[in-house]
Amino acid sequence: MIPPPFEYFAPQSMAEAIGLLQRYGTDGKLMAGGQSLIPLMKLRLASPSYVIDLQKVPGLSTLEEHDGFLVIGTMVRESALEHSPLVRSRYPGIAEASEVVADPVVRNFATLGGNLAHADPANDHPAMMLALRARVVATGPTGHRSISIDDFLVDTFETSLDTDEVLVEIHVPQPAAHSGSAYVKFERKVGDYAVAAAAAQVTLQGDTCTQAGLGLTNVGPKAIRPVAAEQFLVGKRLDAQTIREAAKLAGDAAEPTSDLRGPAEYKRAVVRALTARALRKAAERAMGGAN
Amino acid sequence: MTQKVTLTINGEKREAEVEPRLLLVHFIREVCNLTGTHIGCDTTSCGACTVLINGTPAKSCTLLAVQVNGADITTVEGLEQNGQLDPIQQGFFEEHGLQCGFCTPGMMLVGKALLEKNPDPSEEEVRQAISGNLCRCTGYVNIVKAIQYAGKKMREPAEAAAPTA
Repeated sequence: MIPPPFEYFAPQSMAEAIGLLQRYGTDGKLMAGGQSLIPLMKLRLASPSYVIDLQKVPGLSTLEEHDGFLVIGTMVRESALEHSPLVRSRYPGIAEASEVVADPVVRNFATLGGNLAHADPANDHPAMMLALRARVVATGPTGHRSISIDDFLVDTFETSLDTDEVLVEIHVPQPAAHSGSAYVKFERKVGDYAVAAAAAQVTLQGDTCTQAGLGLTNVGPKAIRPVAAEQFLVGKRLDAQTIREAAKLAGDAAEPTSDLRGPAEYKRAVVRALTARALRKAAERAMGGAN
Repeated sequence: MTQKVTLTINGEKREAEVEPRLLLVHFIREVCNLTGTHIGCDTTSCGACTVLINGTPAKSCTLLAVQVNGADITTVEGLEQNGQLDPIQQGFFEEHGLQCGFCTPGMMLVGKALLEKNPDPSEEEVRQAISGNLCRCTGYVNIVKAIQYAGKKMREPAEAAAPTA
C-alpha cells in the first residue's frame, strides 16, 4: 500500500514549523514518529497534502523533572519512556502504558506526543494522563498555552489544538508522598488495541485515600475520566469493598460499544475488573513508600 | 515533486530522487534491489520488513524514505562480513531457527539489536524483543534458541581471548 502523494517538510525550527502550519491550514499534518499517521495514509484514511515532520525541530525530546512536573517532550519515544529509570520508579503507570503500546519495534519510533495528539480512544496514554491530571503545552503563532488533558481530548481523533499549534510538551505533576500509579490493559493478543484498560493514581495518608485519578481506554469516543469513582474514593480506606464500589462506578462511566473485541456489557465487566486491579496496584505502590 | 534521499545501507552510500510517499521498504527493495527485506502484512504488524536504523530496529513499511534521510541502515544483506556469517545467522542455521524463511530477516535483525544491548538474554527477554515479529512456521522455540546461540557465540571470543598459557 502506498500513501497518496504529498509534499514533505522537515523544518529545522519551531517558528518554521508553525509557519508551515499557518500556510497550509487543514491541508497540513504534523508528523512525530509517524507510526499512526503513516498506516492511516497507506490505508488512505488520511491524505494530507503537506506532511510536516517534527524530528529536526530542536528541544522536543526533554525527559526530566522540573518545577514540580515531569516534563516530557512531544518527540520522546515510547521505548525511552519504557526504559527510563526515572519514569519507571516515579511514574510507573506511564512506563506500563508505554510498554503495551503496539510492539517493541514500533515503540522505537512511536512518540508520546503523537499518541496523545492522534486522540485515538484506543491509544493507551490518554487515560493514563487523565489519571495523572497531566497538562499539555501547545505552541502557536501567539506563544505557548497550557491545556488540561481533559480539555485537550475533545472527541475521537479530535483535540483542542488549533490548526497552527504544535503540542510541544506534556507536564505530569510530580506525585505527592505516598502516591502510586498503575496502568492495566486487557488485550486479545500482544500488540493489539485494548479491549479495555484502566489507569489509576492514588495518594494515601495511612490507609486513607486523599487523592484519586482514574482513566479508561477504548470504552468510549475518547478516553474517559470516571469522575464519580474518583470522588467516591477520596476520604475512604482503600479496602476491598471500597475498591469494588469504585470499580463499579467506573464500569457505569464507561460507554463501550459492541465490536470485534466483545459485546458492550462484557467490556463494562472488564472495566470493573481492570479498575479494581489498577487501584490495588497503585495502592500497593503508594504504600511501598516509593512514589 | 521528488526529493533527494541519501542513505548508507550496509556501509554503501545510496542516493536517489524519490517521491516523499516512497516507503523505506520500497527504497530498499526497488531502488537498491536489496530484496532480502520482505514485505509481509504491509500494516505494521508482522515485522518481516524490519531493518536497523542507526542500530535500532524499525518497520521499514511504516517509515518514509525521506523521514530517515541520512541514516545508517542495516538490512539482512549486511549481516555477512567477508564471507563469514554473522553469529546471528549461524544461530538460525545451527538451531533451525527458520522453516519457510519469510520472517527470518526481521527476526535476525531484531535479535542482533537485542544482543548488542543484552548479550545474554533470558528466554523471556528474547520473546519480549521479538514480539513485534510474527513467524507462522516455527512456533518461535527455535528462534529463541537461535538468538541465544548467537549471544553465546558473541560472548565466546571475549572469554576465549584471555590467554591461558
